[in-house]
Amino acid sequence: MEITVRSLFTLIHGMGFGALYLLACSGAIVELYRRYSPAAEAPVSRKDEAFLSRYLVAMAVLAWLTVLSGTYIVYPWYRATPPAGTSNLAAFPQKLLMASPSTIAWHSIGMEWKEHVAWLVPISITMAAFVFIKYGRNLRSKTEVRSTVLCFVLVSFLAAGIAGFFGAMLDKYAPVQGGNNIQLIHGE
Amino acid sequence: MTTKSASTTARVQDMPNGPAAAAILAAGIGCFMVALFALLGDKIASFKSMMIFYKPTGPLSGVTTCAILVWLGCWAILHWRWSRRMLSISKINAAALILLGLSLLLTFPPVVDLL
Repeated sequence: MEITVRSLFTLIHGMGFGALYLLACSGAIVELYRRYSPAAEAPVSRKDEAFLSRYLVAMAVLAWLTVLSGTYIVYPWYRATPPAGTSNLAAFPQKLLMASPSTIAWHSIGMEWKEHVAWLVPISITMAAFVFIKYGRNLRSKTEVRSTVLCFVLVSFLAAGIAGFFGAMLDKYAPVQGGNNIQLIHGE
Repeated sequence: MTTKSASTTARVQDMPNGPAAAAILAAGIGCFMVALFALLGDKIASFKSMMIFYKPTGPLSGVTTCAILVWLGCWAILHWRWSRRMLSISKINAAALILLGLSLLLTFPPVVDLL
């Protein structure tokens, strides 16, 4: 069982950082909505507050790792230009998608949207983490601030979902491959 | 006990909302800048080539770097101006959410093609 270096980095970017962010985001939304609602009856302990602060900081780190690895490691491989006369475009995903009318929209809509919308995620979640660290349990009484932060976190979830969906589909139709092979497991 | 609870509530309500307002508005501006710079790069060829900070990534490198710098710059300035203030936050929240909505809309390629 082998994997190429480029596939491995794509996997770390999407399945590692990106998917983990999406999972974590659903948890943060529930927590911010339920525990920090003004109507919530149970008090928020210092321990819970510290936990959610660390959780949001970890999410912000994940979001930055996702966009930075995507933009500066995987994307250059995706948009690489083939040398003149290249007929096999397997190692040039963008050109491969653009070569067929049935796949071109995966690039012109999918990648074009994904590469920009994904950047809303780290900005939004960094803001949410900062506001939470600053106000903590006091967010219960700052209802407008809490609602706006929650909206930004929801949009970050949506944006990460869009980026994740198109990332998975793009990798299905034109996988980023190449580089050295890494042997994972020897078969019998 | 009641007095302590009342004073805690008063302290919480007195806590300035300026830092939150600064962070929220700056985030709205930052998100909008990603969409605006991407739109300008799509429409103006000279702007697109100006945004190539790192050749393998192309204009995306400049678009995102500039947006991040504007976001952090706005945040720093707003925080410096508002950190001790109690602001009427409704309009600031509305502005930030409108900017966020526009960012989502303006990053969607079919909408960009209509402009």
